[in-house]
Amino acid sequence: MKVIGISPQRRNFLRKAAVAVPVAAAIGAIGTAGTVLATGDGQDKPYQPTYFTAAEWATLCALVDRLIPADAEGPGALQAGVHEFIDLQMDTPYAYGKLWFMQAPFVPSPDEFGYQFHMAPRELYRSALPGFAQAVQRKTGKAYADLPVAQRDALISELEKGTLPIGEVPASVFFKQLLQNTREGYFCDPAHGGNKDMAAWRMINFPGARADYMDWVEQYGVHYPLPPASIA
Amino acid sequence: MADITLKPVDVVIVGFGWTGAIMAKELTEAGLNVLALERGPYRDTYPDGAYPKTLDELTYIQRSKIFQDMSKSSFTFRHEVKGIAVPYRQIGAFKPGTGVGGAGLHWSGQHWRVLPEELQLRSHYEKRYGKKFIPEGMTIQDFGVTYEELEPHFDFVEKVFGTSGQAYKVNGKIVGDGNVFEADRSDNYALPPQKVPYTAHLFQLAAKEVGLNPFVSASSNASQPYTNPYNCQMGPCNFCGFCSGFACYNYSKASPQVNIMPALRLASNFELRANCNVLRINLDGSKQKATGVTYVNADGKTVEQPADLVIASTFAYNNAHLLLVSGIGKPYDPVSNEGVVGRNIAYQTMSTVQMFYEPGKNTNPFIGSGGNGVAVDDYNGDNFDHGPLGFVGGSPAWCNPAGVKPIAGIPVPDGTPAWGSGWKKAVKDNYTSTVSFDVHGANMVYRDCYVDLDPTYTDIFGQPLLRFTFDWKDNDIKMSRYVTGKMMDVAKAMKPKSIHVSMKNFGDHLDLRNYQTTHWAGGTAMGTDRRTSVVNRYLQSWDVSNVFVVGSSVFPVGIGYNPTGLAAALTYWCAKAVREQYLKDPRPLVAA
Repeated sequence: MKVIGISPQRRNFLRKAAVAVPVAAAIGAIGTAGTVLATGDGQDKPYQPTYFTAAEWATLCALVDRLIPADAEGPGALQAGVHEFIDLQMDTPYAYGKLWFMQAPFVPSPDEFGYQFHMAPRELYRSALPGFAQAVQRKTGKAYADLPVAQRDALISELEKGTLPIGEVPASVFFKQLLQNTREGYFCDPAHGGNKDMAAWRMINFPGARADYMDWVEQYGVHYPLPPASIA
Repeated sequence: MADITLKPVDVVIVGFGWTGAIMAKELTEAGLNVLALERGPYRDTYPDGAYPKTLDELTYIQRSKIFQDMSKSSFTFRHEVKGIAVPYRQIGAFKPGTGVGGAGLHWSGQHWRVLPEELQLRSHYEKRYGKKFIPEGMTIQDFGVTYEELEPHFDFVEKVFGTSGQAYKVNGKIVGDGNVFEADRSDNYALPPQKVPYTAHLFQLAAKEVGLNPFVSASSNASQPYTNPYNCQMGPCNFCGFCSGFACYNYSKASPQVNIMPALRLASNFELRANCNVLRINLDGSKQKATGVTYVNADGKTVEQPADLVIASTFAYNNAHLLLVSGIGKPYDPVSNEGVVGRNIAYQTMSTVQMFYEPGKNTNPFIGSGGNGVAVDDYNGDNFDHGPLGFVGGSPAWCNPAGVKPIAGIPVPDGTPAWGSGWKKAVKDNYTSTVSFDVHGANMVYRDCYVDLDPTYTDIFGQPLLRFTFDWKDNDIKMSRYVTGKMMDVAKAMKPKSIHVSMKNFGDHLDLRNYQTTHWAGGTAMGTDRRTSVVNRYLQSWDVSNVFVVGSSVFPVGIGYNPTGLAAALTYWCAKAVREQYLKDPRPLVAA
């Protein structure tokens, strides 16, 4: 392997980053239906949500588990901690709508004009998760998390198409918000609580915060061999 | 009434991005006391680009750490003159900047001049194709300045920015395998071109194979250690892949912070005040002379700042907003076709082609430098015969490996679901097996595409938001589809497994959801006729002669390239006129 030049100011950071990287195989065991067991990082207790209620949490976990399922290709959303990431995000300015222009009036507009709904993420989840759970209960007589995966996927497709009424939040608006936050939690730096053990980055071979490729620019078609680094 | 009235200064600069910083440097050199007011916070390489904290896609891109705070101010949009505009509530199609350095801190570093004929777009087309060639309602016009006049400024800008690139022709002599369509230059680029990453290399080979003229594009990302004419230093870019949306941690990407501010800090006659939002330029009773500006400071106090000279150097569209709220120049009315402020707004007409290969291609898209890549100009400007094609304008095309990060979107082949195991597998298979290039088309200007003040929505200071009335026109879609079609030959020559093309269809409307480009232009056009321009050829207001306006707002038409190189060169052109003509005898520099 070619020796990668590391500047002195980077050395300390990379040393710390290397220590903080457990092998991908150490990803924790995952229960069914949104029950998250220990994640193998030395913490025994499952994550306790600080924003979502127990019922909302069960629905949220079951949804993200199907948006990015666990399989042989790589980590699922629950293994990556997407649900924990979303809960942690609910206490940031973003979730309160502080990053968006939220002045009324909110006028229904064609899709091309982008987000025109009056709720910030916190309110949106608070309305949509119970709304979705109730819609599923009415339709199937069961909780979403207790349905077989094929049925869970079919219900997500209905959200995606906007054909399942879930109360005040338009289904497609909820779907878009949830999918965006799921992808964020899956691929963000682990500093934000998602992408645990950088397993999603390993799956695609994204080196994260390595950010120094001077001697790799002209190595055409060569697999990049170094594991990812986090800013955490 | 202002809470505070301050002592007068010689010059007040409104907005401290690239153009504000250039004016500050030039006018402090001229010995004037210069005050720059920036509405956003103070920013610098530390802490805003501090390593490793800055290498955080979620914080900087999805949570827009150094973009405009949309909760304080935004814009409204509608597609037609009779429509009701709604706010741009989330950052999508374009990424407005704020804070010291402006969008010049978070830009990528793509650095271009301009095609000479784009400075004389109407005259050029009328001469080559006849007056009838330009469609009804297309309001293209000339800049009123020529490439030859601007050339020394383009050259100096490249030296200040530490631009890396390969010249084609210097003083009439061919000097290397640069862009054969590039106009003559007085000197080489400041630095040699950057290395070519794998995907750009593949694009270069394929473009050559189909008979085009590819070249390594110029970038204001330093290929070597560099010291600019202001004694500011840059370090060589290491292709970290965190350019656009980020402050460069490595002092490699040109920015006002890296390339101008170290010199300004030494000037005792310069002051920069951050968190100061200018509400308006103040006028005297005659409405022909500015007396200074009124702004809201960080404590929320209203401050009156008298000044002899006012420079409007806010980002693109915001200059039109500043003049409209200040009552400078006649607001444009698309119905009567009278007035000028807000007229001729242009965007850019983008399409993207993505080529997918079997896993194991190892394109390593995380390696990237913002402005770096390989481009072709064969279908840009008037480099090809438009006669039989029936449209105005063209597109450069380029493979610009700038660092693909995973949340913002990993390209996947057509037919891939948006979620589930199928999506995950596609993302896994394709992240390092994709090549992508862009067709970065010009957008013409039209009678019914303009900006004015929104009647409903306001910013946190209670001022009306800027309202865009804008939609795509057949001319530009025809152009984009033609060039994209031609570029498909390049895509096919790259022999991918599959190709995804994202281009506009006739009837498509402006879509604000997904990122396209931040390159809006126009609104305070420069020109030689005050009936169709806001500022004269020296960027001086026709109406208020001690107000000068700089930035891409003065472009009277859209261009194919990224605008920063031209905006910066025009700013030096303006500064030269202020220093050599205006200061000696303050007056309108062009008779109205």
